[in-house]
Amino acid sequence: MPNKLLNTGCKELRDKIASGQIKSITATQTVFDAIEKYEPAIGAYISTFKEQALAKAGEIDNKIAAGEPVGQLAGVPVAIKDNMCTTFGATTCASKILENFHAPYNATVVEKLLTADAVIIGKTNLDEFAMGSSTENSGLKKTVNPWDTNRVPGGSSGGSAAAVASRLCFAALGSDTGGSIRQPASLCGVVGLKPTYGRVSRFGLVAFGSSLDQIGPVTRTVADSALMMDVIAGHDPADSTSVDEAAAPVCDYLEKIDEPVEKLKIAVVPQFNAGADKQVQKSIADAIDVYKKLGADIIEINMPHLDYAIAAYYIIATAEASSNLARYDGVHYGHRTENPKDYIEVYSKSRAEAFGKEVKRRIMLGTYALSSGYYDAYYLKALKVRNLIRGDFTDAFEKCDCIVMPVSPTTAFKIGEKIDDPLTMYLSDIYTIAANLAGIPAISIPCGFDNNNLPIGLQILAPAFAEDKLLRIARMYENQTDWYKRKPPMIS
Amino acid sequence: MKTNMSNDLQYKVIVGLEIHVQLCTKTKMFCGCAVEFGAEPNSRVCPVCLGMPGVLPVMNKQAVEYAIMVALALNCEVPKFTKWDRKSYYYPDLPKNYQISQYDLPLGSNGFIEIPFESGDTKKIRIIRAHLEEDAGKNLHTAGNFSQVDLNRTGTPLLEIVTEPDMNSGAEARALAVELQRMVRFLGVSVADMQKGHMRFEPNINLIVTKDGAEHKTPIVEVKNLNSFRALERSIDYEVQRQLDEFLDTGRTMEMGNKSTRGWDGEKEVTVLQREKEEAHDYRYFPEPDLVPVEVTGKWLDDIRSQLCELPIKKQIRFVTEYGLSDYDAGVLTAERPTAEFFELAVKAGGDPKRVCNLVTQDYQKLANEKGCSIADLGVSPEKIAQLATMITGGVVSATASSTIAAISVADLDKTPEEIAAKHNLIQKSDAGELEQIVDQVLKENAKAVEDVASGSKKSNKARGFLLGQVMQKTKGQANPKVVSEILDKKLKSFSS
Repeated sequence: MPNKLLNTGCKELRDKIASGQIKSITATQTVFDAIEKYEPAIGAYISTFKEQALAKAGEIDNKIAAGEPVGQLAGVPVAIKDNMCTTFGATTCASKILENFHAPYNATVVEKLLTADAVIIGKTNLDEFAMGSSTENSGLKKTVNPWDTNRVPGGSSGGSAAAVASRLCFAALGSDTGGSIRQPASLCGVVGLKPTYGRVSRFGLVAFGSSLDQIGPVTRTVADSALMMDVIAGHDPADSTSVDEAAAPVCDYLEKIDEPVEKLKIAVVPQFNAGADKQVQKSIADAIDVYKKLGADIIEINMPHLDYAIAAYYIIATAEASSNLARYDGVHYGHRTENPKDYIEVYSKSRAEAFGKEVKRRIMLGTYALSSGYYDAYYLKALKVRNLIRGDFTDAFEKCDCIVMPVSPTTAFKIGEKIDDPLTMYLSDIYTIAANLAGIPAISIPCGFDNNNLPIGLQILAPAFAEDKLLRIARMYENQTDWYKRKPPMIS
Repeated sequence: MKTNMSNDLQYKVIVGLEIHVQLCTKTKMFCGCAVEFGAEPNSRVCPVCLGMPGVLPVMNKQAVEYAIMVALALNCEVPKFTKWDRKSYYYPDLPKNYQISQYDLPLGSNGFIEIPFESGDTKKIRIIRAHLEEDAGKNLHTAGNFSQVDLNRTGTPLLEIVTEPDMNSGAEARALAVELQRMVRFLGVSVADMQKGHMRFEPNINLIVTKDGAEHKTPIVEVKNLNSFRALERSIDYEVQRQLDEFLDTGRTMEMGNKSTRGWDGEKEVTVLQREKEEAHDYRYFPEPDLVPVEVTGKWLDDIRSQLCELPIKKQIRFVTEYGLSDYDAGVLTAERPTAEFFELAVKAGGDPKRVCNLVTQDYQKLANEKGCSIADLGVSPEKIAQLATMITGGVVSATASSTIAAISVADLDKTPEEIAAKHNLIQKSDAGELEQIVDQVLKENAKAVEDVASGSKKSNKARGFLLGQVMQKTKGQANPKVVSEILDKKLKSFSS
């Protein structure tokens, strides 16, 4: 009954492992059996660590047998996006420039997973340096959508979303700079949470847009998302931008998950939703009806500056990226060109040879935006827009508990469909970017399917550090629907 | 300050300085690596200062406090709110290919420093800004076809201080550099050891030449990376002559974009052209998103201010006015903070300032130099030095004997100067009754000399000296010469009258 095991929720699996009903080694072996069967078609993983994972699972089983206390994810096989540093395996960011890079340290979230006794089974594919919305920009491998292998899984955390959707792990970590957790979660029919900026340590997450990047869970249920947050959230002295817990306490997310939010007030932004595909709009409207039936008040609000979010985002994110990616120069680690004429060529050729097209495009955009004479017109103006968008959210949350909108204007698109049209591709992020600019938490949960049986995601946005409320609101919906129980046809 | 050459040609030297001062924190600016000079290459590094993928900087608060101390000592305005910025450029010794620095909100701005001259005068040099940044590593070119990079220094906290072009000679620039070194050492924020590159200077130099009644500005030259006072002064002096010659030769004057960069060849003592035209550097500064802004609260600033000591130049001036020392002596005493403080403790313990100064700057400084330590570290208490000074003032010991006592006091730390003087028979005989008997005896034994004195002839002075010497000989040098002299003169007077 491997399928039944693979469908188990993280909390249930952990408790069964901890109580000796299931062995972690069995769960882990089952996952690797599934990987053997489906991974060749899906391509979710850049690397897997079968031996190491089974050994770790065995250790945890032994600990349990010996009656020792075990962590919150004891024995649960999980995956991480390959832009988080690990001392085991390579940390590639799906880039040729880091193809053979082995980090000398673990990211804080990796340490936290290990402390919670999770079994890390592999590292998932992504758009190179997390730049993209389809995972097609991976320099190392192709990942497809488990619901339709001709379609993209979304991105940039496409590998994590595809792995979770096709039961090739129980939960995964992704990173979200402009929608990179929520959009692939939506396109693959799973739950993706982008926490508040500063809630989860970024130490060891290879930076793309430092003021926007945030690590979060990709799971099959809201409850699993809460459990993952219990493990990874919190202040980290190694990350100055992670928030002091005295100022914003970390909650026990899972414990509170089934407490419905009383007198729930939900806002919608009609002006903004109109651009989405009709079937997407319909599913969102249906989801809102579910909340209405639960007694929620629905209000309409206007957020005047949201229309400028994409423009501001692509200035700020690329500016930061152009600086963050300057270190990949062939001098200290990573790809180095052969027979450079001088040290300038070490830089120019190493970078030209190993960076992909989209990464180069964004480095150039960002370099331009920061150049003297353009800084004020682009970067500075984008920062001002960002403040206005923050203000829009502050105003909105005075009137409501949360805002709902689509995650993506469309369901999963075909592989190759947008890859040569970067502007159209950038528009895939239209609903997700604002949460990153404002630094607020937002979640994507399955809320329906289109005519092609492709998943549709509902996005819920909440005030900064209100992850507990956000998860409870999402859970209220999840309890009323069973979209999350559907499985991609190929693994059914 | 026009230097006269002839009636129709004069020139004025204009010098501004950029100074990098390495702060003496235990750890680096943004990581926990030790700041250490001379360690095995790339042994004082971690993923953070190596700029590995995924790392984040964490600010060293001590470095910020040190920087603010200097800013306050330089009379700068300290902002209530400041932040970090990334300065982008590609160089192999800079692992992230950007440097974390401060762009538009430096920790100090609009200040000044007073620099002393040997004449006792001081001059105010305005400070434009002082900001904190991380140092780069070092490129080494000793391995044939390859260059090597040592990143031990990467991330060391560095304070960059920029002055207005208020100096008018190499000597003035040197005086500023020396004063700044004395200041940061007094504050305890930098070891300021030139040999270890703790202070590096980059002067900007040009001339305003007045020729036939018209003023001409020569193109500005920046001399890079000077790490000694001598190189600083000499390179400026060299540039003055070179720029004057060049102007007379070519008539070239300052215009947009013709600032050039030169290096200093310390062996040949010449500046060497590095870059003809100043490159249009675009460092693409933008706020460092990995660090939170720094709020300098009033309380924090007060705490830092309370750690400030009296600045060396203030101390030097006070020593002159309060203790009546010469400016030179006050300068010597305030060259190092422990010496100045030691001096003042000895004065407070009752020693006469001038006597204490002589003991400290001469006898004990010499002993400290021999031991290679500071005066305070010799182990002789300020009280003992005060006692010794008082013994000299009171005529208990002679100046010659005091040097001997000083030398013994360093070797025999348990004994007081009085005990040493007694043990080694160094106390002067000043008892008039006792000395009078000896004088009488000498006069009796040397009737010829007494006659010579009385004769008032040429031999008179010599004979008196002889008699004095005889008394000193009989007392084995322990007689107080002043007392002997008085008795002798009184007796001789009675002979001649």
